[in-house]
Order: sequence, then C-alpha cells, then structure tokens
Amino acid sequence: MSENTSSNESGTSRVKRGLAEMLKGGVIMDVVNAEQAKIAEDAGAVAVMALERVPADIRSQGGVARMSDPDLIDGIIDAVSIPVMAKARIGHFVEAQVLQALKVDYIDESEVLSPADYVNHIDKWNFDVPFVCGATNLGEALRRITEGAAMIRSKGEAGTGDVSEATKHIRTIKGQINELRSKSVDELYVAAKELQAPYELVREVAQSGKLPVVLFTAGGVATPADAALMMQLGADGVFVGSGIFKSGNPAQRAAAIVKATTFFDDPNVIAETSRGLGEAMVGINVSDLAAPHRLSERGW
Amino acid sequence: MAGNPSVDQLPIGVLALQGDFREHLHVLQQLGETAVAVKSPEQLEHIAALIIPGGESSVIDKLSRLYGLFEPIRAAIHAGLPVYGTCAGLIMLADTVEDSIEGQQSFGGLDVVVRRNAFGSQTDSFETDLSIPELGENPVHAVFIRAPVVESVGARARALATLDDGRIVAVEQGNLLGTSFHPEITGDTRFHEYFVRRVRATQ
Repeated sequence: MSENTSSNESGTSRVKRGLAEMLKGGVIMDVVNAEQAKIAEDAGAVAVMALERVPADIRSQGGVARMSDPDLIDGIIDAVSIPVMAKARIGHFVEAQVLQALKVDYIDESEVLSPADYVNHIDKWNFDVPFVCGATNLGEALRRITEGAAMIRSKGEAGTGDVSEATKHIRTIKGQINELRSKSVDELYVAAKELQAPYELVREVAQSGKLPVVLFTAGGVATPADAALMMQLGADGVFVGSGIFKSGNPAQRAAAIVKATTFFDDPNVIAETSRGLGEAMVGINVSDLAAPHRLSERGW
Repeated sequence: MAGNPSVDQLPIGVLALQGDFREHLHVLQQLGETAVAVKSPEQLEHIAALIIPGGESSVIDKLSRLYGLFEPIRAAIHAGLPVYGTCAGLIMLADTVEDSIEGQQSFGGLDVVVRRNAFGSQTDSFETDLSIPELGENPVHAVFIRAPVVESVGARARALATLDDGRIVAVEQGNLLGTSFHPEITGDTRFHEYFVRRVRATQ
C-alpha cells in the first residue's frame, strides 16, 4: 500500500500525447449535434469531433466556417462519455482559449474552417488542452509538432468522399520518414533545411523511424474499405467527417467503419462489414475542384 | 514449480482490438518475453496471461463482443488466467463499472467498483509519483489520462496504490492486476515485471 509522494502535473507533453496513444486503432467521427454524437458513441467511435457544419456542407454552402456554438459543444459533451474534440480556425488562438474553457478534450486547429491567420499557427504550448493539426507532408507535420501539436492527422481533402488525397498525404509522410532513416548525420542537416523543420526533431524521426506523436489520417474516407486502406498504409487511426452523416444509414456505416479499422488486415471481415450499407455519400472528385476550393492547401 | 516446459514457453497476449497495445507488446519484449497481439478467441488457448491495454473501454467492450472474445475472456479469467489491465483495461476487469455508457459491459474478475473518467476532462489529466513498496524504493511515475479510479475494494481484492487524497489507483486480486494509470508509456517496466513474475510463478 502506498501513497502519492509529489504534486500532480497536468498539461504536460506526455499527458497530451498520451491521450492520442489511447485513441489508436480507433475512429474519430465528425458530429454537429448531441444526437449525432450519441449515434457515433453507440457505433464505437473512440472520440467525436464537434463542428458547426460537416465539411461537405461547408463546401456546398460556402461562407466563413468558424468554431461551433458553445451551446452545441456543451450539448455534445453532456451527451457522450468518450473524448470530445472541437475545431478552431488556423491561428485563432482565442477560439482555442474558448474551447479550452469549455473543457473539450482535444482541439483540432483545422484547415476545414476558414483560416484566421494566413501566416501564423496557434502557439499550442500555451495550452493545457492538447492539439491535433493537419499535414500534407513531413515538414508540415514537424512544424506543427514544433508549435506544440500532440497529434497529427494527414489532411486528405475533407468533404469530398474522394480518398485519393488522404492516400497521397499519408504515403508522402511515411515515405519521407523512410527517406530520413537512410540518411547519414551530415545529410540530416540538409534534410532539416529542406523540410523547414528543426534539426533535433528531424534527427529524432530519422532515429526512431516514426513521428514523436500519433499519426491519424483524414479527409475523404467514406467506406469501410477506405478506412482499412488508411490503416494498411500505416495510419494509427482514422477521422471520418462527412462520410458518415452524409450517407444513407449513418449508424450502420459508422459501426462498419469501426470494424474495418480494427480488422483492417482481414479482407473477409471488410467484405462482410461492407455489405448492405446503403448509399455512401455522393462525393466530389478532387480533380474537379478548382484550386481555391482545396482545403488541404490551407496551412503552411 | 515451473515443471511444464510447454506452458513455460507460452507467450503473453495483449488484447489488440483498440488502444495502446503496441506499447505493451514493446515492454514485454524488452523484458525478454514473447508477446502476441490477441484479436481472436482461438488465440486465448495459447497464451500464459493477457494484458488489456489503455484505450476507450466502451469500444474495447463493443469490439470484444462483436468478435466473440467477450465470453471466452470472461471464462478464461474465471478459470484463473492471469490478467493485467491498464486504464480502460482496469475498467474491463472491474466487477462493477460506474458512469459507463448504456449497455456497456465488463469482463469482471476484480472485486472492485471502478468509476470511468473519474478526474474529469483531458485538461484534468496529470502525471505524478506514487510510492509502492511492493515495487521497490523508488517511486513509480504514473500517468493518468482521463483515468478511472477504484471507488471501493471488495473483500477479495487489495489496494496497491493510492493518491494523496486516498483514492485508490492500483489493485490486485490473485492473478489479476489493475492500474488507473499507464506504466506502458513511461519507460518504467516494474509493473510489467511484477505481473510477469506472478505469471511465471504460477506455472
């Protein structure tokens, strides 16, 4: 029998990165209200992401997309017992302060919302609540980690139902990590320059062969097979946005994507879970999107 | 005691449905143990012990029932399989779970009442040092992430560690061990060694 011998420390890197470790192998689902949050929890989501409109609606309705109404976030926190994440605009540190005051479990500084600052991201070390940030390549991921991100998600192209950008981004990040592993120490200085990331962090990734934080993937995942594809490409877990609540049968599709994420390496399970799901979200081909409408190009 | 070489060679399983199971596999390998990721009921017959990792307990419960692992694990615990659960794993081992989601079940085995998310949201997550004489003189650095606490300990279980305010955060009962915190992410392998010693001693 024992006791506590020192004071408690909260908001540490280990605590922030640790929560993401516990989410691994799971699916994080976008929800816009308490009812959707409950459906997601019942389907086996490891966490929910609160936002005012799912990306597909942000795309079709246009206008400025911002942090959700605090009442909606409170409603979602009250409705579920799994972690609740919420999105803040890139660089909008006051939205982040508000979300921390609302006691969300994770903040997504997200390109899906309209950026509030086209130069600077949020200084995430200033917060006790952890942050997840999007990245399209290793340099971007390492810059976000330098700013204090405790989790990275590859961006993909949100609100499209087209998984091709998600595939490109996770392959790019994984490929660049593999390239670093084969470099000698003198080459790593140049790699750091090219990646526009701190040398210490680049060397750490080269030695360990992975990011120092958990890497999920996002943006365009709409089917169980899409989720399993992301896992086989080396993602630690999957974010699903519009793919669930823009489909014909959200509860069933959500549960199917959870199963496929766990049993990503078993085609029989993925086949079984893909049956009879009804219509997937209609989707947009990323190649049909004019460049200004590509969300993944926001953030730098 | 260790007379049966075939049992001695059985690996230690880590339930690999969701959560930080890779960290547990890694710690076991560091200790020189053979470790396997358990995802199907057949594998339960070929392990000497099981670790239930940190993760989301409602998800681990749901997936274990979907894939026919729930009843076999419950039966194996009842039959004496040594099991160690961290955080969500402790919740899965508790006979009674408070603040669970509707319909959530646990494998049970530990005669304790555990409360989910007992400290609040993520901003209330913390790390601290615990002194646990059973594990040696140096304090154990413990990381609590949206952690559960043991609200009460029944006659068959025993508290191993408490916080300053008296709340119980580690328990044991025969072959079962549970911690609210995550030794698998701190690099301190003493809890795993404590568990492995017990597993190998019972063979």
